[in-house]
Amino acid sequence: MNTSGTAAMRLSDTQRLISGRSAPLGDFGRVLRRLNIDGPLLGGILLICALGLVVLYSAVGEDMRLWLNQVVRLGVALTGMFIVAQMPPDFLRRWTPWGFLAGLVLLILVLTTGEVGQGARRWLNLGIRFQPSEIMKLAVPMMAAWYLHDRPIPPRAGQLLFLAVIIVVPTLLIARQPDLGTSLLIAASGVIVIVLAGLPVRIMIGLAVLSVPGAILLWNFMQDYQKQRVLTLLDPDSDPLGAGYNIIQSKIAIGSGGLFGKGWTNGSQAQLEFLPERDTDFIFAVMGEELGLLGVLSLICLYIFAIGRGLYIAIQAPDTYSRLLAGSISLTFFVYVFVNTAMVTGLVPVVGIPLPLVSFGGTSMVTLMAGFGILMSIHSHRKLLPH
Amino acid sequence: MFIARVMFASIIGFLLLSTVIARLVQLQVFDYEVFAAQSQGNRVRIEPVPPIRGLVLDRKGRVLAENLPAYQLELIPEQVADIDDTLQRLTTLGLIEAEDIPRFKELSESGPRFKPVTLNVRLNDEEIANFAIQRPRFPGVDFQPRLVRHYPNGAAVAHAVGYVSALSKHDLGRLDVSAYAGTAQTGKTGVESSFEASLHGDVGYRHVVSNALGRQIPSDSRNLADSLPRDESSAPGHNVYLSLDLDLQLLAIEAMEGRRGAVVAMDPWSGEILALVSAPSFDPNLFAIGMSTTQFADLQNNLERPLFNRAVRGAYPPGSTIKPMLALAALESGATNLTRKTVCRGYFMLPDTTHRYRDWKPEGHGEMDLHDAITQSCDVYFYEISGDIGIDRMHYYLDQFGLGRPTGIDISGEHRGLVPSREWKRASFSEPSDRRWYNGETVIASIGQGYMLATPLQLASAAATLATRGIRYEPRLVAAIENVLSGERTLVSPRRLSDVRIDNEVHWNAVLGAMHDVMQNVRGTAYATGGQAPYQMAGKSGTAQVFSVAQEDEYDEEDLEERLRDHALFIAFAPFDNPRIAVAVVVENGSSGSRVAAPIARAIMDEYLGYGSHATQ
Repeated sequence: MNTSGTAAMRLSDTQRLISGRSAPLGDFGRVLRRLNIDGPLLGGILLICALGLVVLYSAVGEDMRLWLNQVVRLGVALTGMFIVAQMPPDFLRRWTPWGFLAGLVLLILVLTTGEVGQGARRWLNLGIRFQPSEIMKLAVPMMAAWYLHDRPIPPRAGQLLFLAVIIVVPTLLIARQPDLGTSLLIAASGVIVIVLAGLPVRIMIGLAVLSVPGAILLWNFMQDYQKQRVLTLLDPDSDPLGAGYNIIQSKIAIGSGGLFGKGWTNGSQAQLEFLPERDTDFIFAVMGEELGLLGVLSLICLYIFAIGRGLYIAIQAPDTYSRLLAGSISLTFFVYVFVNTAMVTGLVPVVGIPLPLVSFGGTSMVTLMAGFGILMSIHSHRKLLPH
Repeated sequence: MFIARVMFASIIGFLLLSTVIARLVQLQVFDYEVFAAQSQGNRVRIEPVPPIRGLVLDRKGRVLAENLPAYQLELIPEQVADIDDTLQRLTTLGLIEAEDIPRFKELSESGPRFKPVTLNVRLNDEEIANFAIQRPRFPGVDFQPRLVRHYPNGAAVAHAVGYVSALSKHDLGRLDVSAYAGTAQTGKTGVESSFEASLHGDVGYRHVVSNALGRQIPSDSRNLADSLPRDESSAPGHNVYLSLDLDLQLLAIEAMEGRRGAVVAMDPWSGEILALVSAPSFDPNLFAIGMSTTQFADLQNNLERPLFNRAVRGAYPPGSTIKPMLALAALESGATNLTRKTVCRGYFMLPDTTHRYRDWKPEGHGEMDLHDAITQSCDVYFYEISGDIGIDRMHYYLDQFGLGRPTGIDISGEHRGLVPSREWKRASFSEPSDRRWYNGETVIASIGQGYMLATPLQLASAAATLATRGIRYEPRLVAAIENVLSGERTLVSPRRLSDVRIDNEVHWNAVLGAMHDVMQNVRGTAYATGGQAPYQMAGKSGTAQVFSVAQEDEYDEEDLEERLRDHALFIAFAPFDNPRIAVAVVVENGSSGSRVAAPIARAIMDEYLGYGSHATQ
């Protein structure tokens, strides 16, 4: 399986394009390789960021100060990605359990001494102010991958139980903050590792069946505002000025954009503040309104390209840890994109998940970029076989 | 195995993203029209443009009610850094009251931050000048013009023109709310109320682009204001010309200074009201600007009752002013004739009774015929013929003169007055003994006392009917309505009412001749007023007993005495041969109609006929 030749035999034309192998390595490519940077992935990310900055400029009401703020954050996050890309996967793997444990301790600290903001206790101030849940976004899939690294896959029942604990404990700690969106993402990133490791199909079916009582259990765990979001999704018009307002206005924004949009900075829904959280969770609606269907489809294509490249890196990875981790990071990124776009278009309940690399805000961006750094590290540190 | 799982995940991911894409296509392609319309509706707000209220003018085109810009002080919360400090400093400038600070603070914190809070509804010139100098020190505070109804001769025309004030909940139930969108005030009394429909005008609309909070976006901002629906401009209200003569109004209000009562003058040949004054009056501008609760309470609780329109709502015993009409009734019915004489000894007794009905002249008038009885206002003569006329015949004739029924004047709130009859008494009382008509009641009815009540307006109308020898017109304040846009004036044509039927013209000559002599015969009761006049006139005085004091019981003794004095009444018309004006004057507790009320009537007629101080030019 680690012979890339056989893998290459199976690549379709699309995959060939994504793999970047069709282009000969130039000097620039060599420099990137030396810097442990994956050219195609970096290109995809930069295009997404560029398009995102264009939309964001309009979404923050052409506020240059806010916009530059985001540019600086993006620079910091890219630097972080570059640093992470220099760390070999073996190094990451050795430090994984310690990182996970540190993350757990910080999560418990948040629940006891964290700072409260907007009705939730998510922040920790240890010199710098940050959300420990962000660490867990990477620590959980890394821990699951670490556990499975030198064990035979598919995992056996006992091992699955241990994996479940690894995933469930941080998920519940974060859900307690409460931060439903992040806890769901973290659970997803862990579950993806198990699925990619070869979770038996019968267990997946069993879990699907169990999800019904699980959903009921989850319902009881949910805060009133979260229950309201689910109910509102089912019938947004029932509460047009309250919880349904966001979804209604978001749908109006996207729908009224039409094929080509109302033009950049000319979206009346966004510019006249009918659209709530236009620069954060609902920025996709601003894009839909101002750039139209063509604009949002372009963005989705860029996302598909980046995710596809990530999955290609996963397939190319030389060891179990790298494979599982790369697969999980790529697919979790997909979950981000899907949940946000589906929520803004009114397909799933409103959960606080920003549009990755586009929404205003820095915390999750650093984590995302660190994830891409890991992907790049995995790809560039594999033992290269000559083509 | 791993590749298979990645493929599996990719397929699921692809399916999921496909649903999102399908959703986008549904929203942006298939439902585009729906959402485009909704987004347009979201940002475009329709804002009413209130019309400018029509003017009220007098018969010579002088303005009685107009709209003046007034400046109000406003504060925009989002532009003020320190609200407490700003309000404090405005207090030291004397622009706001210290006790209002908490209210303004609450207002500025409760509404949208960009919405102005009104601090002072009316700045005077000095305050504007003061603030203009200080303005740089008050960012976010400024004065804004608005149109306020203004009555330049407020008190003189208050009861005829009426006033506007803030729309009440009651008004909103009564009026077409959409037509009053953006309008803050409506007519409450007088012509302002009864001609509200003409004065108000038609509301207009403009479309404004506004954000989710309602803040207006300048229309030149980007191209968000593109393709707005057409605005509809408002149509100003019609101007209303009154038949009132401002000179007469000013004269009358001056003559009534310090008195309670009313003056009504009208053109007998059209019913046009030339003057309508109730005294004491009030400043209608207080209502238009808005006054404090205590100011309003003061007006309402004032014992002089300035808000009460005595001219149309005050019902007084008409006293001897009805004698000319009763004389006509007596002549027409044969109850007396022009030669019948009686001797007045100062009192009258019904057969077989001992009660003495007194004449106002205790020693008596001596030998009297009908002519003398009118000119000298002999009560005993009328007492004697009262039984022969009978209460029902009195009612029949007085009713023809319009007494005891609303005149139909074009402002509301008229009192109908009262002319008693047997039937009225039967219908109005429950005790059998009260329902009977007594002969004694006929006796006092013959001098306009007892149950009988008339408003100053009714008396003026009766005087006008005497002047025209029975031709009656409905009293009218509004003479014409002018469409401001087209300049077209619609005249209100006089409305003729049913005539008073007097078959024998000789009877008119006799009675009107007697009324002439009231003023121009040395023996007439009002000779002092009419004797030296440069024109011929007719009149009749009346002095009505005050039977009961109104329920107010807080008067001191001196005041009580004053309020028990007789009411003074006077009706007149002139010139005698070609009547152009008929007048009624009532002065509450004025003691003597001929001495107190008649000179006021004379002054009004002088002015109107060109003999007054104003009319020399």
